[in-house]
Amino acid sequence: MTGAWSVTKLTQEPTGGPIEPLLELRFPAQADRLKLVRGSIRAAARMCGFNDTAAQNIVLAVDEACQNIIVHGYQGREDGEIVLRLARRRDGIQVSLVDSAPLVDPATITPRALTDIRPGRLGSYFIREIMDSADYRPRPDGAGNLLEMFKRLDGTPWQAT
Amino acid sequence: MASNLSEARNQDVVRLAGSVDLEHSPDIRRTLLDAVAERVDIFVDLSEVTYIDSSGIACLVEALQIARNHGANLGLFAVSRQAMRVLELARLDMVFSIHDDLASALQAKP
Repeated sequence: MTGAWSVTKLTQEPTGGPIEPLLELRFPAQADRLKLVRGSIRAAARMCGFNDTAAQNIVLAVDEACQNIIVHGYQGREDGEIVLRLARRRDGIQVSLVDSAPLVDPATITPRALTDIRPGRLGSYFIREIMDSADYRPRPDGAGNLLEMFKRLDGTPWQAT
Repeated sequence: MASNLSEARNQDVVRLAGSVDLEHSPDIRRTLLDAVAERVDIFVDLSEVTYIDSSGIACLVEALQIARNHGANLGLFAVSRQAMRVLELARLDMVFSIHDDLASALQAKP
């Protein structure tokens, strides 16, 4: 599949100690469901210690990742599902998104260039700009994709390797 | 209200409100493109925007480019804090003409 998936490499493995699950949401991969999800993401980010601006940025990044699944993964199919898991680590928030869409080729994941003001590919750019890491891989059972993102409380900038 | 487009369009002013997101961006895109098709300068009020995502930003960028192709322009005014944060994140705050209010926008003519 092609599309505006964000590229990713984990620059640093999260080392923030034990993972404390905060929330798991399973919802239809439909645009009108995302507003129901955004409030939970923001609350979870605040619970992890992020200030309101940082929490809103995390909401945007996760929302954009969900949109990528809806638009490019399921490609408008209305029977798709997304599972969102939010977890607290000592040093930040961990976000997992699971889908059953066709497998993503990470090579097709290209965020917008900074100087490119054409519409599109902004979502992947936002994910990369906001999060400290985003790692795309197939689900262990091969039946879809798993995206794991991490945002550090100290705001360590993204460094592609 | 679940959000969205407040269709209070008045001459060359388009007002957006609520969530300018994937759910509502098709309608918002249509409204903006209809407005720029008239080949006049367009001013977009973002004061009531509580959330904007990449699809909403893309609508604004597309409308801006079409307006410029027509020899017109598209300016933003009264940009809410939430919308400004996202415009800045996208490095588009230097691409759009951004004004404090409609009076300033009309005076500056984007």
